[in-house]
Amino acid sequence: MKVDKSLPLEYGTEQNRLNILGFWVFIGAEIALFGTLFASYFTLINRTGNGPAGAEIFEIAPVMIETILLLTSSFTIGLAIHAMRMGKVKATITFFIITLLLGLGFLGIEIYDFIVFIHEGATLQTSGFTAILFLILGTHGAHVLVGIFWGIFIISQLFKHGLTPRTNNKAFIFSLYWHFLDVVWIFIFSFIFMKGML
Amino acid sequence: MKLKTSFLIGMFIVVMVLTGCEPLLVLDPKGPQGRTTANVIMISIWTMAIVVIVVFAMYFYIVRKYLASRQSKDYVPPYIEGSVKLEIIWTAIPILIVAFLSVVTVISTYKVESVPEGYEEEPLVIYASSSNWKWHFSYPEQDIETVNYLFIPTNRPIEFKLYSFGPISSFWIPQLGGQKYAMADMVNTLNLAADVPGEYSGRNANFTGEGFAQQTFNVTAMSPKEFDKWIRDIKSTAETLTEEKFDELLQPGHLGQSTYKGTHLEFSPPPENHHSKEPLKDNQEEIKNQKIIKDDLSNDEDHSNMKH
Amino acid sequence: MDFLDRFAVPNPGPTIYASMVAIALTTIAIIIGLTYFKKWGYLWREWLTTVDHKRIGIMYLISAILMLFRGGVDAIMMRAQTAVPDNTLLGAQEYNEIFTTHGVVMIIFMAMAFIMALMNFVIPLQIGTRDVAFPRLNALSYWLYFAGAMLFNISFVVGGSPDSGWSSYFPLAGTDFSESVGTNYYMIALQISGIGTLITGINFITTILKMRAPGMSLMKMPMFTWSALITNLIIVFAFPVLTVALAMGTMDRLFATNFFTTENGGMDMLWANLFWVWGHPEVYILILPAFGIYSEIISTFARRNLYGYKSMVYSMIAISLLSFLVWVHHFFTMGQGALVNSIFSITTMAIAVPTGIKIFNWLFTLRKGSIVLTTPMLYSLGFIPIFTIGGVTGVMLGMASADYQYHNTMFLVAHFHLVIIPGVVFAMIAGLFYWWPKMFGFMLNERLGKWSFWFIAISVCLTFFPMFISGLDGQARRMYTYSESTGFGVWNMISFIGAIGLAIGFALIVYNIYYSVRYSPRNIPADPWNARSLEWATATPVPDYNFAILPEVKSTEAFWDSKIYGDKLFNKRIEPIHMPNNSGMPFIMGIIFFIWGFAFVFGLWILLVLSTIGIGICLALRSYEKDEGYYIPVDEIERVEKTGGKKK
Ligand code: HEM
Ligand SMILES: [Cu+2]
Ligand SMILES: [Cu+2]
Repeated sequence: MKVDKSLPLEYGTEQNRLNILGFWVFIGAEIALFGTLFASYFTLINRTGNGPAGAEIFEIAPVMIETILLLTSSFTIGLAIHAMRMGKVKATITFFIITLLLGLGFLGIEIYDFIVFIHEGATLQTSGFTAILFLILGTHGAHVLVGIFWGIFIISQLFKHGLTPRTNNKAFIFSLYWHFLDVVWIFIFSFIFMKGML
Repeated sequence: MKLKTSFLIGMFIVVMVLTGCEPLLVLDPKGPQGRTTANVIMISIWTMAIVVIVVFAMYFYIVRKYLASRQSKDYVPPYIEGSVKLEIIWTAIPILIVAFLSVVTVISTYKVESVPEGYEEEPLVIYASSSNWKWHFSYPEQDIETVNYLFIPTNRPIEFKLYSFGPISSFWIPQLGGQKYAMADMVNTLNLAADVPGEYSGRNANFTGEGFAQQTFNVTAMSPKEFDKWIRDIKSTAETLTEEKFDELLQPGHLGQSTYKGTHLEFSPPPENHHSKEPLKDNQEEIKNQKIIKDDLSNDEDHSNMKH
Repeated sequence: MDFLDRFAVPNPGPTIYASMVAIALTTIAIIIGLTYFKKWGYLWREWLTTVDHKRIGIMYLISAILMLFRGGVDAIMMRAQTAVPDNTLLGAQEYNEIFTTHGVVMIIFMAMAFIMALMNFVIPLQIGTRDVAFPRLNALSYWLYFAGAMLFNISFVVGGSPDSGWSSYFPLAGTDFSESVGTNYYMIALQISGIGTLITGINFITTILKMRAPGMSLMKMPMFTWSALITNLIIVFAFPVLTVALAMGTMDRLFATNFFTTENGGMDMLWANLFWVWGHPEVYILILPAFGIYSEIISTFARRNLYGYKSMVYSMIAISLLSFLVWVHHFFTMGQGALVNSIFSITTMAIAVPTGIKIFNWLFTLRKGSIVLTTPMLYSLGFIPIFTIGGVTGVMLGMASADYQYHNTMFLVAHFHLVIIPGVVFAMIAGLFYWWPKMFGFMLNERLGKWSFWFIAISVCLTFFPMFISGLDGQARRMYTYSESTGFGVWNMISFIGAIGLAIGFALIVYNIYYSVRYSPRNIPADPWNARSLEWATATPVPDYNFAILPEVKSTEAFWDSKIYGDKLFNKRIEPIHMPNNSGMPFIMGIIFFIWGFAFVFGLWILLVLSTIGIGICLALRSYEKDEGYYIPVDEIERVEKTGGKKK
């Protein structure tokens, strides 16, 4: 593989550049996906049937913690990429691990949140509203879960091969993914939880 | 060219049919709304016919003229990038055509969505609800209900309130006007009127499963006098619609026509508060009852108590 | 036994038993044949594990033709049933299943696959590159499509076919009214092949944006490449909508949620909206590549450059944007009021403007040309008038007030067949004849090709024109029968006769393929049509690496200019070429996805979890895999080039 030294490693080869562009296109599709989910959410928001409305089940504390965890993780993945650009393997791996742990914490609290919803009578089957609420949160959560597995693969490869055009490319693309999930969460936080609680 | 001949034959058939002695239902309206749509359709057919003729003329002219077999061997087609002037022409003319059709569309759509013009009288309200695979017509004002047939007075606007006890259905009386959906969670309003007495056919136009093909009904338009007499007759002869009876009617299958005193609206109110949070309890119960029961298509006729 | 009962077909009829036998016999025949001729290894090495865009294209092509016949048999049965009033050839339930599978198979598994076939084969050649950006993902796309198609097709004999229409409106498609697993098949099979399509979208956008031959700026791309780029952009933005809708529908059916139910706040209209927000762009996903194909073929056989290149591009961009803004025209009758309907009427009719621009540009490409009536050209010339009729009736349907009368009638059926058949199907056949020599190294028979054209073109008109009339006379679509008194009989009989003509036309194409395989001369030049774009600049059959030297491009018709003005395309020296390795992984993932889908359809949760884990493992393996591909050395390339593309 020809490596272009004038570019950061993750852009270094032709295939790497293709991967990054391809991933951006994929994020375009993800935007369409979450856009559809949001549109459906606002269509069904008042369709609560016999079940509770958002304001009755949303709790501020867990959501705030989730937000802080995910925002921080977005910051740490940024640091990981920064370290990677400077060629520091150890720091890269450390920040990756922190990122994934924060993601794990986020998932834990999200699951707790789900249990609270169910206790308050908002199950997946309760109403059109609860169905879309669980679907949109669940889709985001599933993305985070997939991200955690993916991140583990990348960490183990960083351990094994160090910083190569291939691993850097993967790590960089992972960071794009992770930032994207963070952005989606900000939308969920503002337009589902904040708006719902006001 | 064979294509041309077959096209001409096709056009010939179309013209024959459109102007023939037995006109097509949609183009043979018997009320103001149907007339509006029929006019729109004819306007659009003629406009589009002009487009088709122009395109076809250019097409056949060009294809004939520039066939390689008609050219000298050493003809070399020129390189032409395009022409801004022509581009503007064939962008502008379609825009004008579309603009013209848009104006026609907007005016006529508003027209057929509202009470027909020139009909001062209070509209007659009829609830038309579909269940697999039949139509229930409730006349709240007259306090009667019919199944699979409809009597309406001429020259009086009719306001249909449409909803469904099951899948999305589409209420359609081609000679009186266009269709509209009947759905389970909301009530749609369709304004029609008949100004010619007669018998018209109506049907569900939206696919609803096994018995869909036979989900039809008859419409009889008659003078207000006769209509009043018909009401009086029913009041004296028909049985009362009870909740049990209505549940029986809702069972999936086909029924003949039947008539009742009273309507189901009292014990099974329509889902009128569209998008409300109120559970539509009664309607829901009925919908549950509608769940498919296979091989139920055979119990025809035996429910009918009064045929007109 | 209870466990097995669920796999039984609810209403078995003779057609179903016959297909069970047919499927069993075909499978056995294939297995015996492969074993007898010792072809298993060949099949695995050369096809199942291939990542070569050309071979993937050919696999799409074969699948699409198979699906065309599945959908075609459905169509003939429907037309036979409705040919005379009160017919009892098929029952209501059978008819409902057949029109549902007809629609899904034709749009998702036939037309989409055909488009994918031609895009896969042609695009990398046309932009002068060696493969797509992600060859392995490309194979995965195909196998996901294939898994979805197989899953959908076994519904006929295992558990029952879907029966609520290709648009699957809820609540009819919900468990209240569709109890069999049929609609589960619909939801899952479309989901799986939809993911494959989305991956293709990402792959081709990247390929076209990044891998074009040196010098080929965007505005120098051939028109088919342009159309593919725009199509794939539409795919990337439209298919996620379908993904979400199908996920919701699946949850409603299997997990008792209330997205589209009529109780507990469910909203049936949401499905209709989501379906058509995807569905209308979907019809443009089909038609735009077809437009691209026509542009190539018309300019090739008019022996002229494409007229108004720029406005062709801009009009496609306009169409793609508008295609997302018109979905409501599929349910003007839902009661959203005059204002909303007026707005969507106007956006809908506006699409006719860019479409018209394209028609005029094609006409002016023909003008001053030197028209050679080859089979591909005949199909392209047949397209213009018939599609015009389909298009103008689309404008008529777009007028909301009038649509209240056309909606759900045979008039609508006539419209969309008269756009899809001359638009998409003709383009695919034209493309098939046109690129066939590049694919297989011999030409299809022209005489038979022309016969098939006349049969198909005339039969299309015969089949669908009468539907305009019966529609205006009040014949609703999707009715399995009608009574004599309606007077629909004549029109439906004509239509049936037309359908037979169509069947003959398609049979002629298949016979043509058989005939040409046997008798067509093999020593054809690399550029048999005297064409204009880069795919003809390489040898026939195309070597694995497509181009020994990547071409350099100065104009939209680089290859033509090299022939006429002697521009040099290949200026560099031959260097070793990097190639991706074959891989069995995409095929294996296809199989696992098939099992995953099957488990989902029948609610076999343990199997579902296992296959999900299987998919996860495949992805993990892929992540760890170090596959750098291999290099073809220069002397080997030179040897291949000398023999005109043939290996060894
Ligand atoms: C001039 C361009 C076009 C216009 C204005 C147009 C308009 C329409 C309208 C208004 C409908 C809905 C009618 C109804 O349900 O009552 C419709 C249906 C349809 N159109 Fe078109 N159309 C155009 C081109 C196309 C093209 C190019 C294709 C496909 C390649 C296509 C495929 C379809 C299909 C498949 C349906 C029916 C879907 C169904 O209900 O099952 N149309 N069209
Ligand atoms: Cu509503
Ligand atoms: Cu559409």
